[in-house]
Amino acid sequence: MVALNVNGHAEQLDLDPRTTLLDALREHLHLTGTKKGCDHGQCGACTVLINGRRINSCLTLAVMHEGDDIGTIEGLGSPEKLHPMQAAFVECDGFQCGYCTSGQICSAVGMLEEARSGWPSHVTANVSVTEIDLTDDEIRERMSGNVCRCAAYPNIVAAIRDVAGGAHR
Amino acid sequence: MKAFTYERAADARTAVKAASANGAKYISGGTNLLDLMKLEIEHPTHLVDISRLPLKHIERTPNDGLRIEAQVSNSDLAADLHVRSHYPVLSEALVAGASGQLRNKASVGGNLLQRTRCPYFYYDGPQGCNKREPGSGCSAIDGFNRSHAILGASEACIATNPSDMAVALAALDAEIELFGRDQTRVISILDFYKVPGDTPHIETVLEPGEMITAVLLPPPPPGRQRYRKVRDRASYAFALVSVAVVVATERDTISSARVAFGGIATKPWRSLTAERALTGKPATMETYRLAADQALAGAVGRGHNDFKIELAKRTLCDTLARALEAE
Repeated sequence: MVALNVNGHAEQLDLDPRTTLLDALREHLHLTGTKKGCDHGQCGACTVLINGRRINSCLTLAVMHEGDDIGTIEGLGSPEKLHPMQAAFVECDGFQCGYCTSGQICSAVGMLEEARSGWPSHVTANVSVTEIDLTDDEIRERMSGNVCRCAAYPNIVAAIRDVAGGAHR
Repeated sequence: MKAFTYERAADARTAVKAASANGAKYISGGTNLLDLMKLEIEHPTHLVDISRLPLKHIERTPNDGLRIEAQVSNSDLAADLHVRSHYPVLSEALVAGASGQLRNKASVGGNLLQRTRCPYFYYDGPQGCNKREPGSGCSAIDGFNRSHAILGASEACIATNPSDMAVALAALDAEIELFGRDQTRVISILDFYKVPGDTPHIETVLEPGEMITAVLLPPPPPGRQRYRKVRDRASYAFALVSVAVVVATERDTISSARVAFGGIATKPWRSLTAERALTGKPATMETYRLAADQALAGAVGRGHNDFKIELAKRTLCDTLARALEAE
């Protein structure tokens, strides 16, 4: 048995060791908000938060996450009370088909925390500077692990920019 | 994915014992290994999970160097304040690689052991792949080899090493600490990787069960540091060419230089030839170009990747010029 802590709930699952965290969430816990896109870590649709950090749930085994706090889109907000990032995506029209959206939102939430912690990115001019100015270029670079085939990128960037700037607190 | 058994290692010693068995393999971040297991290119029968071993520290050493333990994530290493101020080329290389999600999961030890992204290694080629199936041939040599190596290749394999981090580590004279059944040993990153020769499936000097426990950096070298990556997309793509440089000048003369290339060679490619050609010479484009010509003198194009020879030279010249711009 594997003990997983998903969105604050303790879960016990009997899993084949091959089960990825993504398949455990979708097929065993029926949390289908997390999407399977490429299943190879290239598209970001499966992004979840492990102890607050964003990762690709398709490229990790469920058994490796015993005791970790696993956060999915279902745990971020509810239809009645949206997470600020969810509200911003709705307001800015940050999606079309919606398939990548839960991954985009989980990734954006993790990304903002990384930027607040002063982590550098590939477009940070001087990596030794610890105050990150979250420009559109910074947002695009930091979100490059999330692909949107509808190309809603300008509105995704706008939604994240709004939340970063405090428009949806 | 083929079936396997799983165990979470309690400590390094039991991990080494478990991983020494036939068919056993370590798993750390898993971002490359699980991808390859899904494609059944890797098919271990037993996984030894070392991701929770207490090897997550970054510590100054008594000689003013740095000890980076192998289970530190790529993100944590890139964000480390000491690394950012004293080894910025390493931070720059790390954030040039993969995506935010992957860097959060991938470990330093795993990054060093990631496999090539040669498409014929990943997907079947008409002439086989000597890395996948020793002796089966190389589909890349006469195939679509645009992404392949121009340095360090053999008739058996022209696949590149995909790591950005390892290129910076090569320029920084990093050493790799290995923990095995009988001993702990420390080896230069330049000797850690093997060129393919006749045995491209053997990529490092690791012995069965041997585990990477740390990367050791000597004190920061003098001068400016810079990592430059040239690729098909602005982000989240492997290098066509990358260059790590550490270069110092005294009154417009280059007093010391370190040069390493990525994306063009079968292993992280330190160029002592370029370094010799730069040291003691005026810091001018003419000097850079001469050093670049010498560094790439032995390069062999295979058709689609011929462009990399000139691109690598120009990238080196430009990176040196930019590194020294503000001095």
